[in-house]
Formats: sequence, structure tokens, C-alpha cells
Amino acid sequence: MHELYNFVSGPLAWVAGAFFVLGSIYRLVSMYILAKRKDGSSLEYMSLHYSLRSIIRWLIPFSTMGWKADPLMTVTTFAFHICFIAVAVFLSGHVVVWNTAFGFDMWSLPTQAGDIISFVVIAACAIFALRRFMLPHVKNVTKPKDWFALTLVVLPFLTGVLAYHQMGPSLLMTTLHILSGELLLALIPFTRLSHALFTVFTRAYMGSEFGAVRHTRDW
Amino acid sequence: MSHISDRIISDPGLELGVANLTTERIEEVVNQALKGETGAKLKAYQETCMRCGLCAQGCHFYVSHDGDPSYSPVSKATESIYELMEKKGRVSPKRIYEMAQIAYTECNLCKRCAHYCPVGIDTGYSMLVMRRICHLLGVVPQYILDTGNSHATTMNQMWVKDDEWIDTLQWQEDEARDEFSNIRIPLDKEGADIYYSVIAPEPKFRTQLIYQAAAIFHEAGVDWTMPSTPGWDNSDMSMYIGDFENMGRLKRSHYESAQKLRVKRIVMGECGHAYRSVYDMGNRWLGYRDMPIPVIHSVEYFWELLTEGKIKIPKKFEHPVTIHDPCNIIRGMGLMDKLRDVTHMICENVVEMTPNREHNYCCSAGGGVINCGPPFRGTRVKGNKAKADQLRNTGVSHVVCPCHNCHGGLEDIIDHYELGMHPKFLGDIIYEIMEKTDAL
Amino acid sequence: MGRISTWDWEIGEKIVVKSLSPLQDHGWQEEPHVSPDGETLAAVVNLAAMEFSVRTNDSVWDVTYERIWYPRFSPDGRMTAIGQQDGESALLVDAEQMGETYEYAWETKFSDDGSTIAIMMKNEGLYGVALNGTPWENLFENANNYVLSSDGKHSSAIVQTVSMGQAEIEVFAKGIHSLAVDGNAFPGKYLNLWTPVFDSEFKRVAAQARVSMLDYTITVDDKPWSTVYGQVWEPIFHPLGEYVAAPVRDKGKWGVASDGAPLWEPRYAQCTQLQFSPKGDRLWAIVAPAYGKFTVACNNIPWSTLSPAVTDIVLNPEGDRAGVIMSNNNRDFKIVVDDKAWEGTWDMVWPVAFAPKGLNVAAVVEKNGKQQVLMNGKPFGREFDRIWEPVFNEDGTKVMIRAIENNSYVRIVANVTS
Ligand code: SF4
Ligand code: SF4
Repeated sequence: MHELYNFVSGPLAWVAGAFFVLGSIYRLVSMYILAKRKDGSSLEYMSLHYSLRSIIRWLIPFSTMGWKADPLMTVTTFAFHICFIAVAVFLSGHVVVWNTAFGFDMWSLPTQAGDIISFVVIAACAIFALRRFMLPHVKNVTKPKDWFALTLVVLPFLTGVLAYHQMGPSLLMTTLHILSGELLLALIPFTRLSHALFTVFTRAYMGSEFGAVRHTRDW
Repeated sequence: MSHISDRIISDPGLELGVANLTTERIEEVVNQALKGETGAKLKAYQETCMRCGLCAQGCHFYVSHDGDPSYSPVSKATESIYELMEKKGRVSPKRIYEMAQIAYTECNLCKRCAHYCPVGIDTGYSMLVMRRICHLLGVVPQYILDTGNSHATTMNQMWVKDDEWIDTLQWQEDEARDEFSNIRIPLDKEGADIYYSVIAPEPKFRTQLIYQAAAIFHEAGVDWTMPSTPGWDNSDMSMYIGDFENMGRLKRSHYESAQKLRVKRIVMGECGHAYRSVYDMGNRWLGYRDMPIPVIHSVEYFWELLTEGKIKIPKKFEHPVTIHDPCNIIRGMGLMDKLRDVTHMICENVVEMTPNREHNYCCSAGGGVINCGPPFRGTRVKGNKAKADQLRNTGVSHVVCPCHNCHGGLEDIIDHYELGMHPKFLGDIIYEIMEKTDAL
Repeated sequence: MGRISTWDWEIGEKIVVKSLSPLQDHGWQEEPHVSPDGETLAAVVNLAAMEFSVRTNDSVWDVTYERIWYPRFSPDGRMTAIGQQDGESALLVDAEQMGETYEYAWETKFSDDGSTIAIMMKNEGLYGVALNGTPWENLFENANNYVLSSDGKHSSAIVQTVSMGQAEIEVFAKGIHSLAVDGNAFPGKYLNLWTPVFDSEFKRVAAQARVSMLDYTITVDDKPWSTVYGQVWEPIFHPLGEYVAAPVRDKGKWGVASDGAPLWEPRYAQCTQLQFSPKGDRLWAIVAPAYGKFTVACNNIPWSTLSPAVTDIVLNPEGDRAGVIMSNNNRDFKIVVDDKAWEGTWDMVWPVAFAPKGLNVAAVVEKNGKQQVLMNGKPFGREFDRIWEPVFNEDGTKVMIRAIENNSYVRIVANVTS
């Protein structure tokens, strides 16, 4: 068990990290090359001003038609993303990892708070899941891929909370936690979660096209 | 909750096209198109769409069908183009029929849903790609395909022959001389300030619009012209078919007919989709970043004439009006303020719809849906109860509507939902109420 | 009027028409046209309700029609127009009717020397072309895209040879159009055909062809190339008759093909207006080497001056020089000759005119409503209200300027070097 733990928290972490970094670079670069080759006229219209205008606007809850359409979804989406990043990056346990691996120190989230926030993430995932079950217009378009992505995201948080509250065998739970976190990280570029990489660009393009060509708002 | 297969509508164009298909042919064409023509945009859309359903509220089809999920933008894309991408084109001919019906008749390419998608996905674009593939597969609704055939043959959308065009202009000029003794519709006047372009339904059915434009320009003392040769029609159903080759051919003939006359700019009649074609799509296909010659929409031109005092309005239009914002010039070009300025300059009592401006609902005739002809009338009329409610809630009798397609669409909606309202072009109202200093 | 050499080339200035105001009892007068030799100015005039005539200099034709339109001078100086009376159209040449009346007639065209005047005509709902008043023997359900050979002996048009009912898409897809020459249709049926063109001996004719809903190619004497493309533009014959060339689009890029084989590999975002030098050693075109950036290419080598929009290539008589109009999308026009932009930007410019011999090139430009001739890029003479295309004499040493100034029509002959 210890060996597994060591393997998972050592070499495998680097492998997962490499998957994430190299995978992301690969996806972004190949998308860019494709855009250059096939979407020349669209690239021409990219505008920093309108890209930022759109991105900033959509970062404000309830300030767009989309964010007004389904308030529960809006709250959930914002809560989920903020909490996800807070825990994934700033949780004290994770900061220690950054420190030992890369040698830099930063502000960290106290574990107590991290615990609560993790519950928020899990609750948000539950709401996402419920929507997929209950709302006809979401259910109708939900594919196995969507369930897979949701599962990928929720697993590290579930295992993390279990480990923290010492439910189940602690070492196993911690190992599973790390493993699921690594799986998540490694698969971000290759699943629905790739929206983490691309949304900035789709948003920026929409902002540019609506701003610079259509002279109107994209929200 | 319904499914597209529950509502298949018989159309000779779609039936004929599908009858000629095999699964191998579909696979080949789809993959060629996806590899050869589409790029990062479509791929990113398909991949990053989170299937969150927020766009549903954006679409009048979804709203009008009381939340039937099969009409949501994401569902329409998932059931058509996204499916083709995921299955790499391995679908049956029957499925292509369904996809074509979705893409050609259940989406107006109005892009309203773009205001709802947090990720920035343009479902209107994806649906146009779907239409492109249908065109490459030869599965296109009969009436719009015939319109495309007319475009390719005559460079106008209604099979108007070269002589019929000139004859109509001359006839309108003769008619107008009973009202203004010296009025002209100047043909081929080299170096004129503006070149006035229209869509073929004007010479074919709505000749009074040409008459009215001539009267307005005459009264305003405009130095204008119209060409006597093809290129005069700015409309473009080839674009909506997905036949981009003929879209390019049409636009080239349009721009070149104006360049040849050395005019400063083109003013186009009150049409929405033609604006999209000259300003957004046809020009890009031809390799132009912008329009090679400025094309000014009537809304902008009337705004100029009114603010410069070239047309005088002694007494405004008295009936209360509401404003219908045509997607292609509002969400497509941002003319909402000028449209309001003009309407307020000529109308006494303006009641806004909600939502309005770029959030306005499409007329549901747009995107070539009305051009798919009688079989699909019900699709667009029932698919736009939302618009009927919007119109009814204003409680007014007249609708200002500076777009031909919207006119057709609104007329059908008003008729079906018994709203008793009258759509009006800006030109209708201006002609009716302007000061006619030169009239006999 | 005679040949160019017989025109009045004496240096000097003469006022041909002192006042362009409508003569005594005209209702109004339309835009003026001037004869190639500059001696005559003509305009359609309205004399009374439904009574039109043509003014030439200070007199008016003694015929009137319910409508007169399309006034054009032929290259040999005859004044032509289309007259309409009692629902019939007639071609009018120097106040005389040429040939029969037609149900409708439009679009006059001329042979290079002006000896042939062609017109599109319709009789009893059938369409064709009439040369010097004689219509084609066979008329068709529809005809368009007509051309006249430069010697005036032949005409060609795209004609509809298969009837089609309303929205009969199946009939259309099998082909309803044919290429017709001198009123005889070739047997081949196409979905669409466009822009027929003759070879330099007027024996062969080529056109753009749509051979299926998706496939385009060039057809030469009704024989389509074996290669099909995503799109094609206007074909032209090599001047020595060696081959036919046309812009073609392949995998989203434009190039030039000759007889169905690549001549310029597709690499442009656009490629139009092919023109050969008289010997056929140079092929010119308007191209877009990159999206949104247009220029001229000679033998597939693009110029370095780029612009958002380029129109109207004109070659010198030898075909080794070219002048073109560039603009910022119809604003801030520039004249570019041999890849060098002339100084100044203009509200409007007209295509350049090369002198027959020597290196001189002239163009008319407009700014703030005033027009001027530029000669080799420098202002030439004074400003006028309106100037027609400058005309050079046979050896290119003198230039004739036809212009309107203070409501008069003036004709000026000057030394090119002055
Ligand atoms: S009709 Fe308009 S809102 Fe509906 S899916 Fe199409 S583009 Fe989007
Ligand atoms: S709102 Fe955007 S991300 Fe959500 S389902 Fe619709 S298209 Fe997809």
C-alpha cells in the first residue's frame, strides 16, 4: 500500500502533470494551426478590446441573458468554479505539494475552510447532476461524455473529504484522492473539461465578432 | 417532449435528395466537408459545449413550443452537426432528412441564442455548416433550392429576366410621373452618389416599394441610379442553402455592377438577409475583409436624409407603432439606435416590445426558412408564438419592420394568431407622410 | 467620323456646346454622352409628357418617342439609343430606326470599328440578339450574358433550351441551358453557363459551365474540360489560340487552369479578370495573395502594392505594362501603374488609358466634385466638372480631353509633353 502511495504521489504525479501541460499545449497549438488554416476570415476579426469586453462581462453573475436564464444554474456555476480553483490550487495541503515540487510558497486556504468549500463543490456537482436528470432540455442533450466529466471532477473532492474526515482506511482514501486528482488533471485536455482551455478563445471570438463586426453586445 | 422524427414534413427537394443517398456517399461527403472546409471554430464549439441548456431560453422555437427540449439550440446542434462529427458521418439517409429539416426549417440562423451561451458558442454558425453539408449531399428543400437556381441563372432570386427588370423600372417611373412630373429612375448613371439596390420580390410583387423609393429620393434631391444589367438584386438565398459558391458569384456581380458605375456607395432597400450577405458572408467568401464598396442599409440612409433635413415630415404618422428589430441588421450590424431615431422622427407614438433591440425575437421567417415554401409555413408560424405574444402585448395597430423577410413572417404570424396588426416598411410611412413639394 | 487619324488633332481648345442647359422647351435633359472624336455631345431630352428625343450639340432629333433610353455613341461616332412607342422597342441610330421594332430591346453593344450594332431583343416572348437590325433566326425562351465578337460578325449568348415549370428542381438539375452562337444552340445542356467569350479569330467560343449542382468547369465549343472545380470565373483564349485559361477554385484557393490542367497552382484567396498580352507571353490577373489583400499578378508573380480592393486592370498595347485602380473599399482611390502608386488619393478614379506608343498613361481622377486628368501621375491641365476618358492620337503624342466646364462642353487637344 505504501509503495502504491509513494508511486502515486511521486512519479505518477509528474506523469499526470506532464499529461496536463503537454496535452494542453498540444491541444491549443493544434487548434490554433487549424484556425489559421481554415478560419482565416474569423481570425482576422479578433480584437483584444472586444475579447476582454466579452470575457469580463461574462465573469459577472446575472449580467448577461444567459446568466439570467436560470438563476440556480448561475449561482451553481460561479460557486463551483470559484470553489474548485480555491481548493485545487490554494488548499494548504496542496500548497505544500507545490512547495515541495516547485519550491514556491504562497497563501493557502486553511483546511477547515477548504473542507467547507469542498462540500460546496460536491453540492454544485450534485446540482449539475440533478439538472441532467430532471430538466428535460438538459437531459435531452446529456451524453455519457458529460457524465464522465462530472464524475472526474467530483471524485477527488469526494475522496478528499472522506480522507480528511478519516472515513474509511486513511491511506487508501488519500491514495484514491491523489489518484483521482491526477486522473482529472491528466484528462482535462482530452474531455469535455477541455472547455477550461478553450472557453477563453470561444468567448473572445464571440466578443470580437459581435463587437467589431456586428456592433452589438454578445450578452 | 418530441423528436424530429415525429414531425417529418414531406418536401420534394428533401425526398429526392435523400433517395439518391447511400450511407457510403454520406460518409464520404461529410468527412470531406469536415476535413476540407470546417476548422477550429466548429470543432471547439462541439467540444466545449457543456450541454448546460442555458441557450434553450434564447430560441423562439423552444419558447413557443412551451419548452419542448428538441427545439433548444443545443439539441438542434446535437441532433445534427454534432452527431455527424461524433459518428464521423456514419448515419442513414433518413437521418440526413431529419437533420436537413432541423437545419433548414427549425433554425433561423438568427443567433439570438448567442446571448445566452456562457461558453460563446454560435449555434447559428453550426446550423449553417449543417446546411452546407446538406447542400453538398444534395438534400435541400425544393423552394429554396429553386430560388438558388434562379440566383445562379439570372443573378436574382425570382427568375426575373433581364428585360423584365428594366421594363418594371420604366413602368414604375411612368406611374410616378402622374404624381411628380419630372421624376426619374435613372438607369446606369455613371458617377452617381448612390446606387439603389433591391431584392427581386420588389420588381416581381412589390413594385410600389420601388415607386416609393423613387419618390423619396426625388423629393430629397438625391443623385442616384439603378443598373439596367444583372447585379441589381442584393438578395442571397444561395447563402442560406449553404451554396457558398453561388453566394460568391452573386455578390461579385452585385459589387462589380456598382463599381462599374463608379458610384460612391450602394444603398440597399429594407432587407435584412441581404445585408448579412453583402456585409458578413459574401464578401468574406470572395476574400474581402470588409465590403469592397460601402453598402448602406435604408435605415441608415433614411436616418441621414431625415437628420440632414432633406426629407421633411410635416405631420408624423399618428397610429401607435411598435418596432420589430430584424436580426440581420440589429444583431448583425447594430442599427438599433438609428432604427429608433428614424421611427421616432416619423411616428407620433412608439411602443417598444419586450424584449427588444438585439434581444428581440426573430420573425421566424429569416435564415431562408420562409423561402423553404408552403410546406414549412406551419413550422415557422407555430414556432413563433413568442413573437405573437410580444406583438399582442404592445397593443398597437402597426409594426415598423424594415426587412422583407420579417414582413412575410410577421404577416403570417399576425394572420395565424389573429392579431389584426399591419407591418409597415419605413419607406411606406415616409412616403405617406413626407412633404411632397414637387407633387402635381 | 472616320478613323482616329482623320479627327481634328490641331492643338487647341474649342467650345463645342456653349450651354448645356436644356434647349428652349425641354422638360428636362438627362446625362450627356460624347462622341469618340469629341465633336458631338448628346443627351436624352424630355420635351413633354411621354415625349422624348435626343439632343445632339445644339439641335434636337426631329423624332420623338414615348421613351428614349440607353443613349450610347458607337465607336464610329453614330448616336444610338433605344426608343419605345406603343409597347414596342426600336434601335435608333442617328434619329433613324434600324431594323424592325421588337417587343422589347435593351443593351446595345458595338464591334470595335462600330460597323456592327448589336442589341438584345425579345419578340413574342422569345429572346435573341439582333445585329444591325437583323435578329437571330432562332429565338429562345430566355437568353442572357450575350457578347459580340470584336469584328462584329458573330454573337453568342447563354440560352434556355429546355422548358421548366415552377420550382422544377429535377428538370433544372438535368440542364436547361445551352451555349448559342449566331442563334444556333449547341446540343450540350448545362445547369448554368456564364460569360461566353470568342477566340481571336472568332471561330471558337468558351464559357463558364456548371455541369452538376456542385461541379463547375469551362466548356469550349460545347466540350467541357475533363476536370471539374469548386468554382470557376471568366475564361479567356490565349491570343495565339494555344489554350483556354480560366481562374479556378480548388480546396478553397484560387489559381489558373489551362484546358483543365493547372497553370498557376491554386494559392490565392481570389483571382479574377485574366488578360493576355497580345503575343500571349504575359498573363495578367487581379489576385489576393492573402485574405483581404488584393493586387495584380503577372505570370503568377504578384505585385508588392496591396490594397483591400482592386479593379479595372488596363494593359498597354504591348501588354507588358498595366495600370489598375486600388481603393480602400471604394474610398481613397489610388491609381497604381507598374506596381507604383501615383501620388495622391481621390474620391473617385477612372481606369487608366495608355498611349499607343511610348510610355504615356493618363487617367481621370475626382476630388471634392472636381475632375482632373493625371498624366504619368502628374496633374495635366486644369480641373473640370466632368471629364471623359482621355483619347490619344495614333502616335501617342497628343491627347484629346473632352470635358464640361461652366456648363459648356469643351474639346481640348494638347501635346502630351505640354
Ligand atoms: S433560431 Fe436563432 S436562437 Fe434558435 S437555434 Fe437558431 S440561431 Fe439560435
Ligand atoms: S448554452 Fe452554450 S454550452 Fe450550454 S448547452 Fe447551449 S451551446 Fe452548449
